[in-house]
Amino acid sequence: MTAMAGTSAPPRDRSAPVPAARRPRRIAVLPTTALVLGALYCVVPTLWILVAATKSRTKLFSTDTYTPSLDLGIVHNIRDLSAYQGGIFWHWMLNSFFYAAAGGLLASFVSAATGYALAKYEFRGRSALFNTILAGVLLPQIVLAVPQYLLLSKAGLTDSLVGVLLPQLFNPYGIYLCKIYAQSAVPDSLLEAGRIDGAGEGRLFVSVGLRLMGPGLVTVFLLQFIAIWNNFLLPYVMLTSDDKFPLTVGLYSMLRHGAAEASLYSLVITGTLLSVLPVIALFLSLQRFWRIDLVTGALK
Amino acid sequence: MARTTTPARRTGGFPYLLVLPAVLLFAAFVVAPGGYALLLSFQRRKVNGGLLGGGTHTVFAGLANYRDVLGDSDLWSGVLRMLALGAVTVPATVFFALLFAVLLDLERTRLKRITRLTIFLPYAVPGVIASLMWGFLYLPATSPIGGDRVDFFGQVAVYFSVGNVAVWGAVGFNMIVIYTALRALPAELSESARLDGASERQIVLRVKVPMVMPAVVMCTLFTVLAALQVFNEPNTLKPLSNAVSSTWVPLMKIYDDAFGNSDIYSAAATSVVLTAAALAVSFATARIIQSRVQQEAA
Repeated sequence: MTAMAGTSAPPRDRSAPVPAARRPRRIAVLPTTALVLGALYCVVPTLWILVAATKSRTKLFSTDTYTPSLDLGIVHNIRDLSAYQGGIFWHWMLNSFFYAAAGGLLASFVSAATGYALAKYEFRGRSALFNTILAGVLLPQIVLAVPQYLLLSKAGLTDSLVGVLLPQLFNPYGIYLCKIYAQSAVPDSLLEAGRIDGAGEGRLFVSVGLRLMGPGLVTVFLLQFIAIWNNFLLPYVMLTSDDKFPLTVGLYSMLRHGAAEASLYSLVITGTLLSVLPVIALFLSLQRFWRIDLVTGALK
Repeated sequence: MARTTTPARRTGGFPYLLVLPAVLLFAAFVVAPGGYALLLSFQRRKVNGGLLGGGTHTVFAGLANYRDVLGDSDLWSGVLRMLALGAVTVPATVFFALLFAVLLDLERTRLKRITRLTIFLPYAVPGVIASLMWGFLYLPATSPIGGDRVDFFGQVAVYFSVGNVAVWGAVGFNMIVIYTALRALPAELSESARLDGASERQIVLRVKVPMVMPAVVMCTLFTVLAALQVFNEPNTLKPLSNAVSSTWVPLMKIYDDAFGNSDIYSAAATSVVLTAAALAVSFATARIIQSRVQQEAA
């Protein structure tokens, strides 16, 4: 950035004590190359799917795989996809967003309340609860999907919002993170002052606790949003009506039909592309709020 | 920092109210399904004989389901495949996550922001969608990476092909976790090593990496846990290739029992076995990690 980095060192510059002039800031070629290769590896499937989505169904299997088709194949593909079973693809997209957003919000609230209680109150069973939650982090959650299905089908609650949303609201890792945030971000003195002023415990939780835990809660929300967005097995076992499917289950069911009917492949590819783009956009736009350093519970 | 928690008598039942939703959810969606699966695993369906006609009823089966499940060669082949897959995904994920994190932390590396973000992005792509994308890259008819010449679903290759999808999705998140730990190290550490004449490589290997070991082991633990529950990637690649059977890994076997064969009793028994095994492995890993970290701290 500046040639005189040595004098007014920005906090990011770790080599502040060493005068910049003595160690010329050459580019580390090998490390940079390795990172660029890693980034390419990560972006190649998405780029290829972008190219493949421009091709009509006949061209998908016949033309050179790297060349995009410029004859508006993608417009046809999107139109065909939107027409597929009365536009059910857009239904799946909305479902995915709804499950992830609603589940993420509710789960963050549950985690915040539990974490705050664990950090800020002394009550009977507190350490037992905390130990259970720590053990819960190690729980194989995905394996539980089939037992959850078996139980909920007994109660007649499968193929419902309850079946697909409620099992994802208990998030031991989120609770653990919230406890750490509450411990470091909510000062006891502030709560005490509030009590002296006559504020009730509920009010303190909402207007002091939740507010101060804010940045951490955004992180817990995004982690849970992505976890639900990415989830497959639970909705796959719980849901039978295809208008309730999230994208993952919907596209998978299309792929299975595609095995018998190859023309569906180009629709699956288009659907895959359309399902990746909005999350990437969401991600890039939320980057500012996404405090990834809070994921490890590391707070200064 | 003095941290005094508020005594219960002054706050009444409020803390209980706060933890109530989590406790209820835990009871309803962890304890109850676990208990119900345990109950089912000791039962089986019996066809009524004779006078009453062709109905069925449930009988107590003792350990018979467990005997069947543990004697089922399908399950054991699934376990072996899961282990082979884990032998690919766990070391590869942790290694590349650590490598990229270290490279990002080097002072003279360029293009940090864009590469960090790009490597992290697959985290937001569901395993099923990732498998679809890679699946079409592997598929001979559509492959741009030589799927018509190389058989990506060959006997050995299939483990790398399936594992690759899992690694692709997991490296970025773990990289960020380790990178965050690296950024949190005090700058004086590397500085004094540098003054002592240590090369950049030595600083990385002897100072930085040992210091972020707790983050690395946490990543290892999460990757192991994911490997034990692998399902999405092979299940999605199944319609694209005959190399992946419907009981390819244990979780697919459970699904196949429950929904393919409508044998919920076997599915329940297998679920109990797999959950117990996964818990045992993750507890053991956590225990080892804990003692390592304590040793290092001592």
